Amino acid sequence: MDYSQVLLMRSELSLLAVIIILFVYDLVAGERGRRYMHPLACVLMLAHVLVNIVPQADTLELFGGMYRSVPMISLVKTILSVGTLVAVMQSGEWLRREDTRYKQGEFYTLTLFTLLGMFFMVSAGHFLMFVIGLELASIPMACLVAFDKYKHHSAEAGAKYILSAMFSSGLMMYGLSFVYGTTGTLYFDDVAAQLTGTPLQIMALVFFFAGLGFKISLVPFHLWTADVYEGAPTNVTAYLSVISKAAAAFTLLVVLVKVFGPMMAAWDTMLFWVIIASITVANLFAIRQTNIKRFFAFSSISQAGYLMLGAMGGTPGGMTSMVFYALVYMIANLAVFGVISAIEQRTDGKVSISDYDGLYRTNPRLTLVMTLALFSLGGIPPFAGFFSKFFIFMAAFGAGFKVLVFVALVNTIISLYYYLLIVKAMYINPNEHPVEAFKSDGWTRVSLLACTLGIVAVGIISGIYDGINAFAF
Amino acid sequence: MEHTIFLLALPFLSFLLVGLLGTCLKPKVAGLVGTLSIAAVAVLAYVTAFLYFTAGRGADGAFATLMPYNFTWLPLTETLKIEMGILLDPISVMMLVVISTVSLMVHIYSFGYMDGERGFQRYYAFLSLFTMSMLGLVVATNIFQMYVFWELVGVSSYLLIGFYYKKPEAIAASKKAFIVTRFADLGFLIGILIYGYYAGTFTFTPQAQVLAAAGTMMPLALGLMFVGGAGKSAMFPLHIWLPDAMEGPTPVSALIHAATMVVAGVYLVARMFPLFIGYGPEVLHLTAYVGAFTALFAAVVACVQTDIKRVLAFSTISQIGFMIVALGVCTSADPHAGGLGYMASMFHLFTHAMFKALLFLCAGAIIHAVHSNEMAAMGGLRKYMPVTHATFLIACLAIAGIPPFSGFFSKDEILAACFQFAPWMGVLMTFIAGLTAFYMFRLYYNIFWAKPYDAAQAGGHTPHEAPKSMTIPLVFLAAVTCVAGFIPFGHFVSSDGQAYDIHLSLPVALTSVVVALVAIGLATWMYKGAAQPVADRLATTFKGLHHAAYRRFYIDEVYQFITHKIIFRCISTPIAWFDRHVVDGFMNSLAWVTNAASVRIRGLQSGNIQTYTMVFLGGALLLVVILLLF
Repeated sequence: MDYSQVLLMRSELSLLAVIIILFVYDLVAGERGRRYMHPLACVLMLAHVLVNIVPQADTLELFGGMYRSVPMISLVKTILSVGTLVAVMQSGEWLRREDTRYKQGEFYTLTLFTLLGMFFMVSAGHFLMFVIGLELASIPMACLVAFDKYKHHSAEAGAKYILSAMFSSGLMMYGLSFVYGTTGTLYFDDVAAQLTGTPLQIMALVFFFAGLGFKISLVPFHLWTADVYEGAPTNVTAYLSVISKAAAAFTLLVVLVKVFGPMMAAWDTMLFWVIIASITVANLFAIRQTNIKRFFAFSSISQAGYLMLGAMGGTPGGMTSMVFYALVYMIANLAVFGVISAIEQRTDGKVSISDYDGLYRTNPRLTLVMTLALFSLGGIPPFAGFFSKFFIFMAAFGAGFKVLVFVALVNTIISLYYYLLIVKAMYINPNEHPVEAFKSDGWTRVSLLACTLGIVAVGIISGIYDGINAFAF
Repeated sequence: MEHTIFLLALPFLSFLLVGLLGTCLKPKVAGLVGTLSIAAVAVLAYVTAFLYFTAGRGADGAFATLMPYNFTWLPLTETLKIEMGILLDPISVMMLVVISTVSLMVHIYSFGYMDGERGFQRYYAFLSLFTMSMLGLVVATNIFQMYVFWELVGVSSYLLIGFYYKKPEAIAASKKAFIVTRFADLGFLIGILIYGYYAGTFTFTPQAQVLAAAGTMMPLALGLMFVGGAGKSAMFPLHIWLPDAMEGPTPVSALIHAATMVVAGVYLVARMFPLFIGYGPEVLHLTAYVGAFTALFAAVVACVQTDIKRVLAFSTISQIGFMIVALGVCTSADPHAGGLGYMASMFHLFTHAMFKALLFLCAGAIIHAVHSNEMAAMGGLRKYMPVTHATFLIACLAIAGIPPFSGFFSKDEILAACFQFAPWMGVLMTFIAGLTAFYMFRLYYNIFWAKPYDAAQAGGHTPHEAPKSMTIPLVFLAAVTCVAGFIPFGHFVSSDGQAYDIHLSLPVALTSVVVALVAIGLATWMYKGAAQPVADRLATTFKGLHHAAYRRFYIDEVYQFITHKIIFRCISTPIAWFDRHVVDGFMNSLAWVTNAASVRIRGLQSGNIQTYTMVFLGGALLLVVILLLF
């Protein structure tokens, strides 16, 4: 066996290097050295992003087909890395707090290990590899959720997350055992050749789907979402709501198309109902939330529903629009959670929607960032969210799912209503004691500026969509 | 025609400049930047119009359709691509003139009206943004570009209506306007999707064979697009946002809610006119019925409103109804045989933009002087505000359809087109024209005549004429209103592009003038005096009807009922309640019973996880069942 193959896994290797450097630094740096931990992490992540900024153009198949990479997968890894960089940048203030400072090294290692797990998950060519990647992404995630372990909510959320994750993994493994039982193999290509759509294989499909549906938080696998988003530290919530979700959605898409391709009719029906349920249920719940993190938990469930529209019919246009949608959603949601986190840190934990009343008067710039992000999530032109929604609707419409597109469109109006509630709170609602004016640290401000530029520019610069479209699966 | 790019670039730059520098600029400087850029745009628009219409006609006798810019922004498939560019044809050039003129007047006027307001710079930034979006909408080369600017117009209108963001009504109104129009835009977007999918293109003038393939889907696509247009143009039953939008600053009402944005729906239908005529004439006629009903409904409501801006708002709705009707009654693209309405509609759009903007700006001057929107606080103002009085009267005569003012000519063409379509339509529209004259003169007498102005009641405050910056736009628009009727409009805009002489149809013109005069006489009799015994007696005799009309026939209440009572209370609240009380409560108590001994575990609400997994498993099994059965 030729181990030089390992060297071809560029993005995994550079990420691993970042992890090791941070890990060692954390061990040797004393109390004083930890002060430079956050800038170091940001710079290293930036270096990692730069190394991978040009996606690998060639198709790789390593270790006898266990690991595969095509240009699109490489591109997705780059997008995930950029998102992680932004999330890390935003977490500086939180990590410098008295009660987290001493363990900030663990935050970086855990976060980046989950990212590494996701890399393996999206690159898997074999279900075993896939499961290892998935677990590598899940287990450290539970630790991250429970990171503020002395805070009741965080610990509770961690417990909920790990228990739900265990259950969903168990169910998924059960499904995969059916796959192995009926086809005698776990290699993606071989499985695809032997699937015929027997009842047992349908069960396998659904259980597999449930496992990833949990990660993407699609209805009815979403119940953990609100509790965990609310309880987890805000920066972890940000990471969880975009990176974890996008990686799982993309993997799901790849596996559905590449492996379960012969059963497309079945999974189209399944996605049809799950998407309708996700979008509608989440929208109805979101209207009545009072905690802003819970609110965005439901918003993210409905966004996941829109995201999955791209998988309908498994068309190339759908895949492109899905990756584009994930990118745009990631930018907007990171902006939202960046603002929430900045405010939470400065006000000692204010996360009610009513705390945002009158924010415009004291912090107009943060309000503007939040407003633009909400407009983008709501799909108002000319912001990026409009174009991503348009492309994904166009793709699903072209694949012939007209009823679904109609339901989704009606739901965009409902979602617009509740996004505007936040806008209204920030600009209009009177407040005796609004959040005081403050200035976040440089990293947060840079990250929010980057997100704002992204919200405005990603839609207008047509080259980005075109560029994604140029990558093959 | 390459200079046309500056039509969009200048207001955009002014928006960026004023918007980004914001409070660093002195208010006057910010206003000046905005106004000068719009003045430049207006000059450019006039130059464009002059060059375009003097360039001569093509071999087919029509003005050429020019596209100085049209680049492919994003190719989706071989034929389906999204383009961005500038399209010049008779109606877009006409709209450029209308928008830039009214916008310039509003910019100048706002110097006086908004003087000393907080956020003066922000106001001018938003005005520039709006003007840019509106211009982008009319020069769109394809339906997608139109949609993008269409939404941008919606956003800037949302910002401008909610300008007084400290006023709860203004905020509620801006939100209502945004949501209602967005809801309508849903139809537009689906229409675009269908159009793009079946016709394989977003352009306005696809090749015939492409359309033939999409044949059966075209009426549906066009109908859905009209829903979007109906939302922006406040057609019944999507009109409810417009009266509330009057909470915004009055010059904004003049610009957005009288002259430009609200006619976007009319413009959309006109833009798609060849497709409507060719592939969906029945849809076109449907728009006529919607328009006629809206015109009638709004005119009746306008007769009893007491807030002067609301009267004007309903009058706008009614007049847009006229324009839609004129388009809808077309039966062919030939102006000599059933296509008269196209020209009439565009003509009325042009004249109406001028005199309705004038009316709103006058209303602004009046509100500025008496600090109230209510008719009760006015009366006898003609002595104090002579310029406003004269210009307001001119506008009233124009909208009532009295020659030689512009409204007479355009309305007369509409009525002629209606009579050609069906006699009952002509009679109905003539009746509505009479109602228009009646409510406008009710408004006029209540403001300027009726009881003498009671300074003591207003706290010893004597109203005075508005400053020069406000009266100059009034005089200019009044002058336009006096002469615009004599423009040989048919030479510029007609349904098939051929030059066409406007003929006054004598019986139609005579009838409409007589009806208008009778209506004005009636209004004079009822409202000119200080005491209004007839009006009061009518209001008491028909108390129910009067009240229903005053409450706008409870349409808002119906919506309120549907959205709040049914959607929120009957669907959303129970779900949230279920989540909070049943799911959480049940699980909490379950956890309490099973884990009463362990405080720590109860704290974790471990019961919840069990339900979560139950639902998880149940959902997965349900999906299996669905897939196996279907």
